Amino acid sequence: MSFPSAAPLPAEPERRPQPESLTDLFVSFTVMALQGFGGVLAVVQRELVEKKGWLTREEFIEEWSVAQIMPGPNVVNLAIVLGARYFGLRGAMVAVAGMLAVPLLVVVALALVYAQYAGNPHVAGALRGMGAVAAGLITATGLKLSGALKKHPLGVGMAALLAVATFVAIALLRLPLIWVLLGLGGVACALTWRKIAP
Amino acid sequence: MTIVMTHRDWFDLVLHFATLSMLSVGGAITTAPDMHRFLVDGRHWMTDPQFSASIAIAQSAPGPNVLFVALMGWNVGLNAGGLPLAAFGLTLAMLGIMLPSTTLTYLAARWGQANRELRGVRAFKQGMAPIVVALLVATGWILATGGNYTMRNWPLWLVTGVTTVIVWRTRLHLLWLLGAGALLGWFGLV
Repeated sequence: MSFPSAAPLPAEPERRPQPESLTDLFVSFTVMALQGFGGVLAVVQRELVEKKGWLTREEFIEEWSVAQIMPGPNVVNLAIVLGARYFGLRGAMVAVAGMLAVPLLVVVALALVYAQYAGNPHVAGALRGMGAVAAGLITATGLKLSGALKKHPLGVGMAALLAVATFVAIALLRLPLIWVLLGLGGVACALTWRKIAP
Repeated sequence: MTIVMTHRDWFDLVLHFATLSMLSVGGAITTAPDMHRFLVDGRHWMTDPQFSASIAIAQSAPGPNVLFVALMGWNVGLNAGGLPLAAFGLTLAMLGIMLPSTTLTYLAARWGQANRELRGVRAFKQGMAPIVVALLVATGWILATGGNYTMRNWPLWLVTGVTTVIVWRTRLHLLWLLGAGALLGWFGLV
């Protein structure tokens, strides 16, 4: 996070919306997780950035970068990063619990009834349709966040070039994620490091 | 399928999942092939249909996709003897896959937040922005095409494309879209 010159003086109280309590954090993440069919990220982006305003689009991308590069499920990592940001270790644990506890019960319940409906073509079709929608949700989340690249330190042209190269490497060439993160990610970080001289 | 799980076997299960946890950059689903090798082919603790169903159920359920790992532990326990063991297996599997990566992520997050004014930290967080934004679009692309571009799938692609535009440009609630996708599939239209 940077502090542009137009930022309010530190003496002024911060009026940014943020979770009021650990309970608020737990309930918020549970509600988001339960809406996330085929991926929770689209819901998290919409709720936290567009509805609750806990994060700006730029802050969301920055936290997501950490969540993405670390091992483990990305949205769970995002819950850790955000929980820790507001309430330290307790926040991280509560956010993860919110993300996992109730969905865990749901998935076990589904496993218990699944055997009876596994062969039903309607059920299979419904899952296929939801999968296609889920793919659209994640694509749209990326497109929405891409607007933040206009303010990128490398300039919009270079940022777009790196983004297109990443898309080609992953979606079309199917290169392993780790190489793309280390390769293109490393180049992007190095260029940015040079650009944001102190 | 009935199996016998010794203490040593349970320990091996946790250890294997904990190792995969540290390797799961990009999400737990990237380790699924190795889990299949270990649970189905190597130790014969669960059947191939059980393995596939675990992934299918977790993906159709709300919540993070990592929950498929919980169902792996659930099924191993079920095969070893009933619901209490299934709950035990679920707990062990989740602890194994979650504890190492979450600990590491928490430490990294705290360090990054404490040092957020460092040039290196700012360069990382801002520098990665174009990469992670493009990764999201690429993930959507891969989910939509599944790696094969047969024209037969055009109705599914249309659903994905229309969803993308609606979510990008409007604030319609996401559950309406998922419901519509489910209905289209239920009636065999896609």
